[in-house]
Amino acid sequence: MRRPITAFALAGLCVLATAAGAETASTRLAHFKIVAVDGSDAIPKPLTDKPGDAAAGVKVVVNRRQGNCLGCHQVSSLTAESFHGEIGPSLDGVAGRWDAAHLRMIVVNPKHVFTEATVMPAFYRIEGLHRVRSEFQGKPILTAQQVEDVVAYLTTLK
Amino acid sequence: MVRPLPLAFTALALVVLAGAPHAQDMPPGPAAKEASERPAWQAHGLKPQNPNSPFDEVVSGLYFRSKETQEMQADDFNNPGFLAVEQGEELWSKVDGAPGKSCASCHNEASTSMKGVAAAYPKWNEKLGKPINLEQRINICRSGAVKAEPWAFGSSELTAMTTYIRTQSRGMPVAVKVEGPMTPWFERGQSLYYQRNGQLDLACASCHEKNHGKYLRADFLSQGQSNGFPVYRLRDQRLVPLHERMEGCMQDVRATPFQPLSDEFLALETYVAWRGLGLPVETPAVRN
Repeated sequence: MRRPITAFALAGLCVLATAAGAETASTRLAHFKIVAVDGSDAIPKPLTDKPGDAAAGVKVVVNRRQGNCLGCHQVSSLTAESFHGEIGPSLDGVAGRWDAAHLRMIVVNPKHVFTEATVMPAFYRIEGLHRVRSEFQGKPILTAQQVEDVVAYLTTLK
Repeated sequence: MVRPLPLAFTALALVVLAGAPHAQDMPPGPAAKEASERPAWQAHGLKPQNPNSPFDEVVSGLYFRSKETQEMQADDFNNPGFLAVEQGEELWSKVDGAPGKSCASCHNEASTSMKGVAAAYPKWNEKLGKPINLEQRINICRSGAVKAEPWAFGSSELTAMTTYIRTQSRGMPVAVKVEGPMTPWFERGQSLYYQRNGQLDLACASCHEKNHGKYLRADFLSQGQSNGFPVYRLRDQRLVPLHERMEGCMQDVRATPFQPLSDEFLALETYVAWRGLGLPVETPAVRN
C-alpha cells in the first residue's frame, strides 16, 4: 500500500495553511481511509453518509467546471454530448474492470492505483499541489458528495 | 511581402489524402469525429535537430488545426494577423521621443535589417546578464535610442511591432541558442515545463508532450510550439503574444500564472523555442 493517508492528516495541513494566511475559508476533507484491496489501494467506505446518486453523478461527469470527465474519457451512452476526449481510456464497461472501492480511490486520487505519471487529476485532494490559484486553494475539485455521485454513476457503466 | 508558405499548400493536399485511411483510427461511438474534421498532423514535421528532443517528429501547431484555419493562415489577404503586420510597419517609421527618431532611423528597411533576427530569440543580453525576448528588445530600443516610453506588454503597439519584426523571419528556421550562459535558463525552462501546477495538477508536458494529436474534449492538442507567435486567435479575434497564451494555459489548470516577461516565462520561452528548433517562423499564424 502506497501512502496510507487519512483525511486527518489533510485537515491538519489545511489548518496550517489557514494559519499561514494562505486561505480564508477553511475547507476540510471528509474523513476517508485508504486500504489495500486485492493488492491495490482502495477506499471501501463511502466519503458521505448519503448514498451516491447516479443521476446527479452523470451531471458532474459532463459538467466542464466540475468533473469534466468527458474532457479525457469517452462514454458511448452519453450521446447528447458531442465532444468526448481521447486522453484516457473509454469509460464503457469501467464497472466491470473496477469495483466501487477502487473507482472511489481512482476518483479521489488516481496516483494510488495508476502510476505517479498519470495525467488524471486527483478530484478529492488539497495537499501536494503547486501554485493553486487563490480561489481554489484548500478546495478539492469535487465535493465528497459529488465524488460519491460520480462513483454511483460509474458503477452503472457495466 | 512574401506570399503564402508553399509548404502549407503541400500540407493541404496531404491532409485531404490522409483523411480516408485515418478514419480507422477513430474512436468508436459518439466521440468519433468526422474524418474530414480531424487534422492529420503526422508527417508534416521535421526530424528533431537535437538528439535529446522529446519528439520523434517536430510539428508546427498549424497542422493540428482545421483545413479552413490552415487556408486562412496561408493567404496573406485573408490572414487577419496581417492587420497587426501593417500596424507594425507604420510604427516602424513613426517618429517618437525627444530626438525625433523611429526604428527606421537606425535600422532602415526592416525587410533587410530584421530578416532572421527574431528566429534567434530569446537571446542572451550581456549588459543585463540575462536573456531577453523580442518584446523586451523592442522596449530597450524605445527607452534607449528612441527615448520614448516603453510599450506595455499586451498593448497593440508592442504586439504589432513584435509581429512585424517576426514576420521578417517568416519561413526561416527557429534557431535559439541554449549554450553558454543560456544553459541555466534552458534548464530552468525545462523544469518549469514538467512542473505540474494548479488544482488540476497538470504540466505543459501533460498535454503537449504526452497527448498531442488527441482531443481534450473539443480541443485538438498540439505540441505547443511557439514558431507562429504572436498568433491571431480566432476566439479572441486579435493577436495574442506567447506569454499571454502561457498565462491562459496556467489559468486553465487553475494555477496562479507567472507574470508576462517574468524570468520564469523567459526561461520557458527559451526552452519551448528549443523544442521547436528548425520549425519555420510562421508569424502571424492563425490558431483557434
